[in-house]
Amino acid sequence: MVPLSAYVAVSAVLFMTGLLGVLIRRNFIIVLMSVEIMMNAANINLVAFSHYLESMSGQLVALFNIAIAAGEAAIGLAIIVVVFRGKISTNVDEMNLLKW
Amino acid sequence: MVGVFFAYFALVSIVAAVLTVSLRHPVHCGLALLTLLLHVSGLFVLLNAEFIWAVQVIVYAGAILVLYLFVLMLLNLKTDERYFHSSYPYFIVPAALGSVYVLFLLLQSPFDGVKGDAPVTAILEGGDTYAVGIKMFSDHILQFEIVGIFLLGAIIGAIVLAKAPRTMGDVGGKR
Repeated sequence: MVPLSAYVAVSAVLFMTGLLGVLIRRNFIIVLMSVEIMMNAANINLVAFSHYLESMSGQLVALFNIAIAAGEAAIGLAIIVVVFRGKISTNVDEMNLLKW
Repeated sequence: MVGVFFAYFALVSIVAAVLTVSLRHPVHCGLALLTLLLHVSGLFVLLNAEFIWAVQVIVYAGAILVLYLFVLMLLNLKTDERYFHSSYPYFIVPAALGSVYVLFLLLQSPFDGVKGDAPVTAILEGGDTYAVGIKMFSDHILQFEIVGIFLLGAIIGAIVLAKAPRTMGDVGGKR
């Protein structure tokens, strides 16, 4: 029997990896992929607690989380396409149009 | 036996996540992300969540990842020479220390709480999909409707954003 803390530990490592990717990568698409890693870490946590605490609500929140991740990917990639059309770059450091 | 599968899925997930963050070419990052998503879905099977497993494979590995690869193909990116942020060592060391500390705390803490009304035997009796459906369309129907409206808004927003703008010459003219 795998203990619950093992799942939580895997989830924590994945979340830290995704956070590191958001902070250090400069390509906008890779930053969005790192956000997907963090969402997957949250889903592992939700489903693991749902299993060990014998409640279905965690799985449902994970399901809604997947739907929200799909919407986030669509909007984020559309923004990338718009920015790339104007500036020919997906580098997050060069997207400073809204910077005051 | 479950422990062996858990170790495999967990190790490959973590390795694939590190590769996703650290590989240079964006398409390689996408393929590492695909590996991560499929192995996370394996973890869901170990937790008796077959419906979440199916949704993960169909939506994440099927739809979202194809969207990423499609945009990568559309943009035809050149690989940046400096592809990490310039001050990334300052982030790596605190992240590694924080990870070790959080792991130390997590692995020794006894998680417990109030048990819900869906024990494993009850889920296995009718299947996970049945249990998810009953719960979703009774207690969580409002969230379900909100997610539907959210997805509609996301679709409209993505289409409006990514549509090719009309150039000045053909405003009002024939296209």
